[in-house]
Amino acid sequence: MKDTAESYVTKDGRTIGPVVMEMKNITLRFGGVEAIKDISFDIREGEIRAIIGPNGAGKSSMLNVISGFYVPQEGEVWYKGSRRPAMKPFEVAQQGIARTFQNIALFEGMSVLDNVMTGRLTHMKTGMLSQMLWRGAAEREEVENREVAEKIIDFLEIQAIRKTPVARLPYGLKKRVELARALAAEPSILLLDEPMAGMNVEEKEDMSRFILDVNDEFGTTIALIEHDMGVVMDLSDRVVVMDYGKKIGDGTPHEVRNNQAVIDAYLGVAHDEEDAT
Amino acid sequence: MNEQLAFTIEVFANGLMAGVLYALVALGFVLIYKASGIFNYAQGVMALFAAMTLVGIQNGQVPFAHLINAIFGTDLHYFGWDVHSFAAILLTVVVMIALAWAVQRFVFRHLVGQEPIILFMATIGLAYFLEGVADLMWGSELKALNVCAAEGTCLPQGMNEWLEGTTYEALGYGFFIDNLDIVASIVAAILVVGLVIFAQYTKQGRAMRAVADDHQAALSVGVSLNFIWILVWSLAGFVALVAGIMWGAKSGVQFSLSLIALKALPVLMLGGFTSIPGAIVGGLIIGVGEKLFEFLIGAPFLGGATENWFAYMLALVFLVFRPQGLFGERIIERV
Repeated sequence: MKDTAESYVTKDGRTIGPVVMEMKNITLRFGGVEAIKDISFDIREGEIRAIIGPNGAGKSSMLNVISGFYVPQEGEVWYKGSRRPAMKPFEVAQQGIARTFQNIALFEGMSVLDNVMTGRLTHMKTGMLSQMLWRGAAEREEVENREVAEKIIDFLEIQAIRKTPVARLPYGLKKRVELARALAAEPSILLLDEPMAGMNVEEKEDMSRFILDVNDEFGTTIALIEHDMGVVMDLSDRVVVMDYGKKIGDGTPHEVRNNQAVIDAYLGVAHDEEDAT
Repeated sequence: MNEQLAFTIEVFANGLMAGVLYALVALGFVLIYKASGIFNYAQGVMALFAAMTLVGIQNGQVPFAHLINAIFGTDLHYFGWDVHSFAAILLTVVVMIALAWAVQRFVFRHLVGQEPIILFMATIGLAYFLEGVADLMWGSELKALNVCAAEGTCLPQGMNEWLEGTTYEALGYGFFIDNLDIVASIVAAILVVGLVIFAQYTKQGRAMRAVADDHQAALSVGVSLNFIWILVWSLAGFVALVAGIMWGAKSGVQFSLSLIALKALPVLMLGGFTSIPGAIVGGLIIGVGEKLFEFLIGAPFLGGATENWFAYMLALVFLVFRPQGLFGERIIERV
């Protein structure tokens, strides 16, 4: 593994940069239940990093720790070379970490375009009054933000539904709109919580393609959660495997696939009570 | 021109004007309800509080004078200066923002995620608390309120003679409409246009709409819920101030002002709790409806005083046939 190297180039020619985020000995408890037990891993710039594991392994909890929705009892989060103090989710978002949700959190009453534009909120800097009066700098800024939004809408092939209220869209498209909104923030890390959950094969293929294209085209660092191992192996550069709140594997898809602990967890050898998920 | 028809038109116009004032109060309700799901029973009291604060500052009254005198044995009542209306309005806005912050910090921050009924009860408590504070701060006597740009150019009182004169010459019947009502309508229109532009085009307005729609999603795009709630309560405080000025200039600043909040309830049932245009249209319908009903049916057949209950009856009819109001979001039960 290239743990010590500052940057390296993948086989398909993408450059993976230095570590942008590092989780150090994270422990998260809900009452007496330990959802995450002493987990450490890092995320490198420009890579697609997957966190996988069976249901209930603590993947979503981990994503919520990264995005500030949960505050871990122990451990440190390092972001861009400095330790991140305890933060509210909106502060984390302002730092350039965008996310999607497993159960989709969109502004149902707004159009697709308006939803994507909310992703630009952290980039709006001009004053309230000049925005109301629509003057100079505010107008330029609005035009720029609009251009970014339109580019992303084009990229994710949702031009046809730009003006449609989100509430009317089918599930698969909603997932895509949510991705568009997160991308509009031009995040330094994009967190995807089960981007393929509940999709049919065709939709899954589309989503996989979009994730790869986004990473390729914009160089976006992506950390995603998935419980379907097959999908993840084709997508990601490195994979963290979790089971019962513990990290049981970390490495390239190839390494992880041949890791005995991972095989056991997925086949249900290690735990008698494991249900067949 | 037919006398009866002319009368009816005049009543209609006056109803519109009264409706504007209802709409102003209802607007404050809608702002808070939309962004935080809190039905703010204290909105009417906020209007009262704002109006009393404005009068108090304008007249150079010492706040909490009674309390201070009782404790320290002093005899303070007035600072002995008059504050210019604009400065007084600005200061009152500052007070309303401070109030918004305090309400959020000391009450609703501790109630996040509670049932709507609990939040509602909290606002009832807030209403009585605020009424008490207003009383303690500025005293309970009836005060006259007027806002003056300069000596002699104040909010106009009395009937608009120009309108009366012109309509008399043109139609043979002079329409009687209060100057103050005309000003109130213009101010309300400006306020609504301003609010709509704010919500549509500013960062804070967009964030406000985002919070109104989905809290989790709003957080994920970098919006602070706490900030937006303070902002919304401040806006509602500002709307309350405008409503307080208009009502206060019309009928004096007195504690019954807080009861106008109750008239805003039927307005909201008509217009929908989540719609700004709904609050305006609802206010106008109630205003016109109760005046016309009183004039055409109430006074001749029912012995008058129908204005007291007509609005509620209309709201009841609406509740039966269109519970979400004219402009509210459709209530869809998925089975």
